[in-house]
Amino acid sequence: MTISPQVDRRFRDAALSLGLVDVGFDVIDSPIGPLLVAVSTEGLAAISYSVRAEAELERIAGIAGPCVLRSPRSVDEVRRELDEYFAGRRRVFDLTLDLRGMASFTFTVLQELARVPYGETTTYGALASRVGHPRAARAVGTVMNKNRIPIVLPCHRVVGANGNLVGYAGGLERKTALLELEGARIGPTRLFE
Amino acid sequence: MMHAVPIPPFERFYEEHRSDVMQLLRRRLGRERADDAFQETFLRALQAYRRLEHGEHLRAWALTIAQHVAIDALRRSRVHAESADPGAEDGRAAYLELAPLTDGLPPKERAAVVLRYGYDLSYEQIAAALGSSAEAARQATSTGVRKLRKRRIVQ
Repeated sequence: MTISPQVDRRFRDAALSLGLVDVGFDVIDSPIGPLLVAVSTEGLAAISYSVRAEAELERIAGIAGPCVLRSPRSVDEVRRELDEYFAGRRRVFDLTLDLRGMASFTFTVLQELARVPYGETTTYGALASRVGHPRAARAVGTVMNKNRIPIVLPCHRVVGANGNLVGYAGGLERKTALLELEGARIGPTRLFE
Repeated sequence: MMHAVPIPPFERFYEEHRSDVMQLLRRRLGRERADDAFQETFLRALQAYRRLEHGEHLRAWALTIAQHVAIDALRRSRVHAESADPGAEDGRAAYLELAPLTDGLPPKERAAVVLRYGYDLSYEQIAAALGSSAEAARQATSTGVRKLRKRRIVQ
């Protein structure tokens, strides 16, 4: 039996208005493909490139509570800031983030990552040094790979020591697109320039 | 050691059971009134969802909440719940599966007994279904059981 979109929408809006939702999520469009955005009562909890993200939602539920409901309204603010970012009109995000459930190393690295400015890049090794573990470039790479709030926590701005893009959880095409959008210099640095 | 079935994110619970819930509500209340009852059912479920201890019997749980929302709606509109009770017609409704045993109990006690002993739900879960406190659910269950015992002795 099908539920009319009006009835469905009315329930979702009522649930949100009554404060019964731990995490609201929706899939939003962007120039680099659809994004699954999840917002908890504490703030933006996840952005995922994988929109059939059953596992992603389970993970968020484990952190923020089981009352996870799709609700376009709950991601309005994030949608607006992302739209501005992709339109080139926003360089800094003004969003509260939900970073609960992270190991302290991850948390520290992501805080440092948040300081990498728009349009610039840094390296895994440099980021590792900045958190006081100069040999932990690989561990920093893992943190980038598992970053649950990409774009807003700009792991796309972290590249290899020689300037190679190295990798990106959303695929290198997306990393390139984000860096191009920001006007960052991409490509291997020549040793003797 | 047995592991409890994890509680799925509410969205999945909703997607899996909304169709059955709507079907039950339309049968009991008609198309128009079913829409309001549908919202009420899932708001009650959402309200209780955080207190669930495991993810078992969620379909039975959802349908029982729906059944109760329907009974409340029928009562409010002064239509006797009995006259709209589809009885054996609705063989799929969890609430009615143990109907023959609990027939004759007031609706709340009947539901409490069925949920407790038919589906092994906790009093917290039953409370959510009935829209009452856990203590009230426990009382409804024990009163229901007492009445059934008594009836058996009498019969």
